[in-house]
Amino acid sequence: MARQLTFRIFRYDPADPDSKPGFVDYPLEETPRLNLFVALHRIREQQAPDLQFDFVCRAGVCGSCGMMINGRPTLGCRTLTAELPTTITLAPMPSFKLIGDLSVDTGTWFRGMNERVESWIHTQKEFDPTAEEERMDNETAEKIYELDRCIECGCCVAGCGTANIREDFLGATALNRIGRFMLDPRDERDSEDWFELVSTDEGVFGCMGLMGCDDVCPKELPLLEVFAYMRRRMTQVATGQAKPDAGTSQPVIS
Amino acid sequence: MSEIITTDVLVIGAGLAGERAAISAAAEGNEVLILSLVPPRRSHSCAAQGGMQAALGNCAKGEGDSEELHWLDTVKGSDWGCDQEVARIFADNAPIAMREMAHFGVPWTRVKGGPADYFIKGKKVTLEEPREKEGLIMHRDFGGVSRWRTCYTADGTGHTVLYTMDNMVVQLGIKVHDRMEAISLIHDGTRCLGAVVRCLRTGVLKSYLAKATVIASGGFGRVYKYSTNAIINQGTGQSIALDTGIVPLGNMEAVQFHPTGIVPTDILVTEGCRGDGGLLLDVDEYRFMPDYEPDKQELASRDVVSRRMTEHIAKGKGVPSPDGEHLWLDLRHLGEQHLRTKLREVYDICMYFLGVNPIKELVPVRPTQHYSMGGIRVNKDGHAYGLEGLWSVGESACWDMHGMNRLGGNSLAETVVAGKFCGQRMGQWASQQPLALDTKMAADAVVVQQNRINALLGDGLGKANENVDALHDAMRETLQAKVGIFRKGGELEEAVDTLRDLYQRAQNLKLRSSTKGANPEVALALRLPGMIKLGLCVAKGALLRTESRGGHSREDYPERNDKEWLKRTLARWPEGAAEPDISYEPVGLLESPPGQRGYGGATNISMEQSVAKYNDNVKQEWIKQGWHETATPLGAELKEMVEYASTKES
Repeated sequence: MARQLTFRIFRYDPADPDSKPGFVDYPLEETPRLNLFVALHRIREQQAPDLQFDFVCRAGVCGSCGMMINGRPTLGCRTLTAELPTTITLAPMPSFKLIGDLSVDTGTWFRGMNERVESWIHTQKEFDPTAEEERMDNETAEKIYELDRCIECGCCVAGCGTANIREDFLGATALNRIGRFMLDPRDERDSEDWFELVSTDEGVFGCMGLMGCDDVCPKELPLLEVFAYMRRRMTQVATGQAKPDAGTSQPVIS
Repeated sequence: MSEIITTDVLVIGAGLAGERAAISAAAEGNEVLILSLVPPRRSHSCAAQGGMQAALGNCAKGEGDSEELHWLDTVKGSDWGCDQEVARIFADNAPIAMREMAHFGVPWTRVKGGPADYFIKGKKVTLEEPREKEGLIMHRDFGGVSRWRTCYTADGTGHTVLYTMDNMVVQLGIKVHDRMEAISLIHDGTRCLGAVVRCLRTGVLKSYLAKATVIASGGFGRVYKYSTNAIINQGTGQSIALDTGIVPLGNMEAVQFHPTGIVPTDILVTEGCRGDGGLLLDVDEYRFMPDYEPDKQELASRDVVSRRMTEHIAKGKGVPSPDGEHLWLDLRHLGEQHLRTKLREVYDICMYFLGVNPIKELVPVRPTQHYSMGGIRVNKDGHAYGLEGLWSVGESACWDMHGMNRLGGNSLAETVVAGKFCGQRMGQWASQQPLALDTKMAADAVVVQQNRINALLGDGLGKANENVDALHDAMRETLQAKVGIFRKGGELEEAVDTLRDLYQRAQNLKLRSSTKGANPEVALALRLPGMIKLGLCVAKGALLRTESRGGHSREDYPERNDKEWLKRTLARWPEGAAEPDISYEPVGLLESPPGQRGYGGATNISMEQSVAKYNDNVKQEWIKQGWHETATPLGAELKEMVEYASTKES
């Protein structure tokens, strides 16, 4: 006997003055290997044609479908209903501006984040199209890739105690991004630059250490290690125990 | 009056091709603005796993590689259907583009000198990687190539390149307006002035006016029922170009089916699985590909492997399942270390979506719609036929380096190479142009679209008796069932009839919702007629092309026919027509005369005309179709034919 599921979905259209925020129940029969991508499309086709939610790749790599599933931020596409109780409560992620129903504006937030942390290689070198590529040892490339795997889904921000109470907190995704560039020998920013960027209340010292980000990151990024490394390095810089350019290529993960 | 936004260059689509073109255009001094259906980093480029082809020749099995070999592999892969000059531009510029991406910050996997273990053609081998190349960009093997030349970042290549590219866009301060959909082009019959754009946050229409409008909106795989494509790949860019009635779409029947979509869910697992040594097995867990393709085995071109798999299933060797028959991909021998590092996304996809652990278990796969070789027909600079000021790059374009089949790793590389090359040509062109600000034309174009939306949200269109989702499903099922891997005249005729009928019915849509803002039912209703039109271009092009070439395979016409079909199909949709007008043009100047691919086992009907005679007609035939003069003369990038004795795989 297939289970009868109840999807309790947050509905609200901020553009419509008559719309009132609240939860609406949608019944759906469970089918084998049902995930939330398929389930929500079925609900839209059969019951709620104007229901808003975001999916793009539906394969767990694009980061579009972060949502609160029974109170926990995660990717909808790779969540199977079989892992959940029969009542499944879906809400939009907090900390991001609501577009409608389950859809939130992560695009504007992440563009702002990328501008704030200057998420690019800072270098004085010009590209020379006639030259061989600059060499890098493969271990360094792998370490950069490990942190470069962030898909900007926003789950870490939605699951963050600090980000939920202060809007200006950088969030784990931003600190991880900084960690990624700290590891990259192509980036010429030095310890002083990193210190200016992250050693504030909005940065790594604003973190309360609850590590909700680490619990919910769908890509299992090593956020705990990134934070620990960064705090220690920044403290060393502040107390004069680190050379200004030391460790730009040191591993975050031991 | 609705808002009008002006810029020098308007790019529609923020995937790799669009963003790379934007960067080039900005470097030429233009103000550039990018529109995107989704935040840029969610574009489908991010899902590309395996890598990008470029003849750097850095690893042991890449030794002796050259742009020349890459070009020839690409021409063979295309089954001689490509524009060989464009393939030259591509192969020559790919190494520079890869190195530039390294400079921008991509963490490419690098060469480690010394002995390394690989699986090649089912056997474990140890190779000595050159120590003098230590730290340069590494390559993996892919299908249809004579050397290892796929540059990669584990199996997250598209992700790392897209993030790096978007970092550049942020650094340069290029504006991106996300959740915006271009729903029609503004033009006067000879010149494109911009686009009417619908905000997917609010439903409000705006017009964007620009000197150059660039469509870089990706493929249209979602016209099929089963596709590896992201759900946004609905051909919105190709549709608005087709709607002009002037701009032709090239080779729409050339659709690629990738051998390894997983069953169910149709998510892709990369060709890198087979490149790294993965094997295809049948119901008896027997490795069948060497029987069909003794030389290339699992690594023939995608069109060939997909056909062989389909043939093998038809012989009763498929694995039955509730989701249909499939075959197995065996990765077990690659080991945990490899699967959890270099094929980590594949591992995650199998675990999360199938509950299959590829370290211990077989992965269910079958050929699945994957790529659109066809698209907006452009010249070698990326300038669209027929309308001055309209450009296109990447999968949305038919540039046309892929012809009737593209090689794995060539399209991801195309995005950055074409984006860079065509973006520069387009940027130079735009910087010489005045901005034509015809606000009346813009306002009129907005009114046309607003009336469509008002009708949809009011009483409905026409007879108002058709459901959007039902027609959408019927279209996808028709293409899936009748315009698939193997095609037959009778079925194609049925597909054309059905789609023609669906197109008429799509003039009578009635919505179930009436929400005015970001209503997803409105978005689909606006796209649906365009999607059906694209489907008709695919089906009609396939029906009329009475030969088999690359990804287009006719059971009733099994030969590649160079005598009659060394042609590119062009589809136009005149205003008010019920189906597309089809015409043809030469594929381009031939440097390599059509020959044997060395895999696939098909027979060919030879050209009767001499190559010189064929080449004499190209330019005048193209001009008749609306081709624009290019920055360098036609043929300038071609080379003298050289001796290809060295092309055999060592």
